[in-house]
Formats: sequence, structure tokens, C-alpha cells
Amino acid sequence: MNLTLKVWRQKNANSEGNFQDYKVAGVSEDMSFLEMFDVLNERLINEGDSPVAFDHDCREGICGMCSMYINGEPHGPNKGVTTCQLHMRSFKDGDTITVEPWRAQAFPIVKDLAVNRSAFDRIISAGGYVSVNTGNAQDANALPIGKDHADEAFAAAACIGCGACVAACKNASAMLFTSAKISQLALLPQGQAERTMRAEKMVAQMDTEGFGACTNTGACEAECPKGISLENIARMNREYYGAVLSSK
Amino acid sequence: MSWVTKTLTSSLGRKLIMAVTGLSLIAFLVVHCAINACIFLNDGGHTFNEAAEFMAHNLFIRISEVGLMAGLLIHIVDGLMLWKSNNEKRPVKYAVVKGEANSTWYSRSMGLLGSLLLIFLVVHLRHFWVVSRFTDVISGGQKTLFQEMVEVFANPIPVVLYVVGCLSLAYHLLHGFQSAFQTMGWNHPKYTPFVKCLGAGFSILIPLIFAAMPIAMHLGWIK
Ligand code: SF4
Ligand code: FES
Repeated sequence: MNLTLKVWRQKNANSEGNFQDYKVAGVSEDMSFLEMFDVLNERLINEGDSPVAFDHDCREGICGMCSMYINGEPHGPNKGVTTCQLHMRSFKDGDTITVEPWRAQAFPIVKDLAVNRSAFDRIISAGGYVSVNTGNAQDANALPIGKDHADEAFAAAACIGCGACVAACKNASAMLFTSAKISQLALLPQGQAERTMRAEKMVAQMDTEGFGACTNTGACEAECPKGISLENIARMNREYYGAVLSSK
Repeated sequence: MSWVTKTLTSSLGRKLIMAVTGLSLIAFLVVHCAINACIFLNDGGHTFNEAAEFMAHNLFIRISEVGLMAGLLIHIVDGLMLWKSNNEKRPVKYAVVKGEANSTWYSRSMGLLGSLLLIFLVVHLRHFWVVSRFTDVISGGQKTLFQEMVEVFANPIPVVLYVVGCLSLAYHLLHGFQSAFQTMGWNHPKYTPFVKCLGAGFSILIPLIFAAMPIAMHLGWIK
């Protein structure tokens, strides 16, 4: 396949960026989107140009690094996949593909398509943890957990922190991410000790980082590669209202 | 900052304000629609005028009216503030956005639909609310509220404006109704499908009844 890429190039956080067009020839439809970028970058390096910077790590859909906003959708046109799992057979020969970084005030651009998502880390450190006492680990079976709660917590814990929810949201809201991180702990007995403090602190941190407020468009859920449900946002809302009303 | 202001100015708190005021406006729509639908009895506005008369003089209704106006103002101001601050959260916009791939156009256009509604409301309140509350046209017995309606809708321009207003209302409600429940944390596999169905039915039925009024009056079906 022969493709034209319109790629956002930006030197660093403070410089102005712009689109540059690249022709990429001989793309196999079995390549992943990232492998197609590898082909382009190899050529750019050989020609003495600077390669397009983009984040990636596992290349198997579990690390959440491969942030690319492809033809108006985070991670491209396919549902339930990350960019590394998007294959070129989803495109046609001769296509022009526009590739942009995640755009959000809270995710400053590092270079080209790579953005700084440490705002997510700060939301987690504000309360997305459980305290573990020292001493011997207790028998895991001593903590009864209902199957439905375990399943729901597990589904919430599938969030890989990729930020596609923020990228897709017209308000650049991080509520799907934050709610998944609140839910995975609020549903389990291990998460009860810090439950009220967690909801309050994580929501406050989310606001401080400069993410927008949810308007329930559902774009996040539709674009999330891990199928994180909007039910988590409703749960976060309950957790938060309950926390502010009852905390001392 | 006290915990109350802190909560109500947080992203979640502001959404809660939108949901609660929105739901109270929805409750108002039911009453408003039920009373106005009296014109469909086609009794020369007799029943309708009586109902309007009751609404104008009942103390409980007059007190609720103050609450309603406050709720409306808060819904508008909070909505505009949210729209502005949300818009600033993405200072550099995308070149290509494929919104239809992940959400409905009206869920993404609540600010626009709300603004259309606001324009409609200003005209609408001027037509009827201001005339009946702040002039003696109706209380002085010159005209009944029904006659006022007949006069206003004799002109096609308000009719078109009202129909556009009702259409904006329908789409605003289509997203807003179920959205309010989600914001208040009410999302449950058992009840959410019901809320969504109810919301869709409400969003179609109520604006349809409202839109039928100016049309029917303009065409002279109701006299
Ligand atoms: S909720 Fe989904 S889209 Fe958002 S960060 Fe987690 S995995 Fe990515
Ligand atoms: S590179 Fe790890 S999810 Fe794509």
C-alpha cells in the first residue's frame, strides 16, 4: 500500500507545531500502525531528518503508551484496540491519514506525537492506592469478596492509563480514567480504609491538573481500548458526593 | 473556602448543579405542558384561562415560580461557565475530529442547543410571562391569556421561532434527561435502560405537544 501521512511535528512543549506530509510506500497490510511509523522513521533517519517522536513500549496493547490521534479518533478507527494493535489492513491504498498527538491542556506535548501524561500519575498518588501494613501477609482467602464485586473491580482495573478517554472527550475530561482508578479500590474490602479520602483527593487532583468536566457524551467509553464503562463515572460521582458529605 | 463552596465549584459539583436544576426544570415542563394542553379542548380557551388564573394567584405556585426562575438562572450561568472552562481545557484544537464515531451530535452540542433555547426563552417570556405578570393587560381584563396566544400566533414568525425552540428543547432533553441521572450517580443495569427510555419518550412527547400549540393556533384549528 502507498499512503500519505499528515503528521503533527513539534520540536518541544514551547515551540509552535505544524503538519508535515510524508509519502510512505510499500506498506504491508499486516504491519501495525507503529511498524508503519518505524518504516517512515528509518527512512527519515537515513535521509538525515529527525524521526517522528511517538510513545510506545509493549506493542501488545497492555502498556497504554502508544498515544496517537488518527483521523479524528484516539487509537484510530477500530474499537477496543490501542494504536499498536491497529493494523494497516484497516486502511486503503492511497489513503491520507492525519496523525495528531493527544490534545489537552493537562497533557503538554513533549515532542511530535509524544505527550506528558504524568498528570495521571499525580491523580493516582493523590489517593489511588491502599495502605499495606507491615508484618506477615494474611491469608488471601480470609477476605471474602463477592464474585460480582470482584468482576467489576477487575473490569475497572483493566484501565491501562492510556489517556484515550481524555483525547476523545470534547472537554478533555479525565473522569473515565479517574473513576476506573477509584472504582477498582472502592469495590474491594482492601480499599475501604481510605475510601472517603480517596474520592475527595483524586477528584481534587483531577481538577487541579486542568482536566475538563464530564458532559456525559460517552465518547470516552466508546473510544476506550479496554472498554471501561460509564458506570464507573456514576460510581465516582456517588463516592465523591458521599465523601464530601461524610468526611470530617 | 468552606467545604460547601469547594464541593459546588469542583468539576463534579458543578455538574451536580446542572443535573439538579435541570431535573427541576423538567418537572416544571410537565406542569407547563399539562396546563397549556388545555387549549386542545378547543373550548375557546375557557379551561385554559381558568388554569392560568389559578396559577397566577395560588400562593404556593407563586413561591415555586421564584425557585423556578432561580433554578433557570443557575442552570444558564453554571452551564455557560462550564462550557467556557471546558472549552479552555483543549487550547490547541484537533485538525480532524470524528465525533460521530463515538457520540451523538446533540450530546456534544448542549451549549449550542441551550443558547438557542435561551434566545427562544427571552422571546417567549416577553410574549406571555411579562405581559401577564408585569402589565395589567390580562389582570385588568382587557384580554385573556388565550386571546393573547391567538394574537401572537397569528403571525408566522413567532410560530417558526417556537417550533425551532421546541426542536432545540427536544434534543437538549434527549441528552439532558438521562445525563442528569448519570451525573447524580444513578447508573444501574436494572434502572438505566428504563431511565433512557423514559427520557427519550419525554424528550419527544413534551416538545411535540408544545410545538403543536402555535401550529394549531396559526392554522386556526383552535379558536
Ligand atoms: S479509561 Fe480507557 S481510555 Fe481512559 S486511560 Fe483507562 S484505558 Fe485508557
Ligand atoms: S505500545 Fe503498549 S499499548 Fe500500545
